[in-house]
Amino acid sequence: MAEELLAPMVGKILKIKVKPGDAVREDDEIMVMESMKLETGIHAPCDGVVKEIKVAEGDRVEEDDLLAIIE
Amino acid sequence: MTDSAVAFLSHLGITALSPGMVFMWAVSFGLIYLAIARRFEPLLLLPIGFGILVANLPLTGLMEPGEGLIWRFYHYGIQWEVIPPVIFLGLGALTDFGPMLARPSLIFLGAGAQVGVYVTFFAARALGFTLPEAATVGIIGGADGPTTIYLATRLAPHLLGSCAVAAYSYMALVPIIQPPVMRLLTTEAERRITMKKSRKVPKREKILFPIVATLVTILIVPASAPLMAMFMLGNLFRESGVVERLAGAAQNELMNIVTIFLGLSVGATMKAETFLQAKVIFIFVLGLVAFAVSTASGVLFAKCMNLFLKDKINPLLGAAGVSAVPMAARVVHQVGSEANRKNYLLMYAMGPNIAGVIGTILAAGIFLSLLQ
Repeated sequence: MAEELLAPMVGKILKIKVKPGDAVREDDEIMVMESMKLETGIHAPCDGVVKEIKVAEGDRVEEDDLLAIIE
Repeated sequence: MTDSAVAFLSHLGITALSPGMVFMWAVSFGLIYLAIARRFEPLLLLPIGFGILVANLPLTGLMEPGEGLIWRFYHYGIQWEVIPPVIFLGLGALTDFGPMLARPSLIFLGAGAQVGVYVTFFAARALGFTLPEAATVGIIGGADGPTTIYLATRLAPHLLGSCAVAAYSYMALVPIIQPPVMRLLTTEAERRITMKKSRKVPKREKILFPIVATLVTILIVPASAPLMAMFMLGNLFRESGVVERLAGAAQNELMNIVTIFLGLSVGATMKAETFLQAKVIFIFVLGLVAFAVSTASGVLFAKCMNLFLKDKINPLLGAAGVSAVPMAARVVHQVGSEANRKNYLLMYAMGPNIAGVIGTILAAGIFLSLLQ
């Protein structure tokens, strides 16, 4: 089952730590985003394999933008 | 020949040096160090630190009423009450009220965290401060630099320097002062609470807010008008979307310029003879108490709200009610994500955080109308 990873808040994607095909476990840090000068990790919603990454480092995102798909 | 030598020597700064002045240099170097090496509120503490240094050099006349250079900055900028309202214009242009409007019930948390202001006011009174002095010390608990400076100028100018330094130092220390209080008053389960999604705030609402807020707050507390009116005007610049240049000038150039004069002259008010008193130690201790009590009251207030709310809020959000923007909101976010990695409280915390700014301005306005 595919799970969508959505942006938890507005901000900028600083770092993407995985690439498509990588296996991840729930709560692994997948990306780091910055919002109001605060860096926050974004964690995997479930165990699975990264199917697709929809953003690039440096992108600005709005709340609920699709960041990645994990299945 | 000897006469002129004596005259020359008496004009040498070094002969007029006092131990108190040298002590103030140490205070100055301390602040400059913290600003540069530790990045403690450098925009304010660096010019304040330098202001302290030059004000404590003998025979300069820099703070000589009517003549001195820095005295003029101080007189026309601060005593005339120009600079703090101008800073608020810039803060208004920088502030997005969206997170607060998205969840208006969180505004109450901004009020809940003002308790520290009043508790400290009474504590200071009990310790022998006069009423105006006690109010000035209490407002440090609001964690708002320009409001503290504004109130001190009106009520207790002789405490201006120490109260401003206390306020800005504790704002820099928010990430150290707040978390222990927050953890003490909440359970792990409470800290894990995730928030229900907020609604989107339409543009029209954001434009109307500064106008409505001006009407409501100033009609209730008229003495808050100088700070509130400028704060809301700055925000109207921002949200209207038609005067980007003015919004930009208010939050960048104008604010940066007045910050230089503000910091330098606030620092220069801290001369050895006015600063080195037992009172100043009390100010720093009470300021710290004010911060901790405000944090605690905000958290407890949030827990009270949870008794009535169907969708529970994370009580950590209460700690964001102190108006150190956005430091307090960041601290809330970090403590929340320690308990639950998928807890993103930052934007929710901005609501009470901004409401806290309004709360502190109103608290200052109430003091002004009661004590003047």
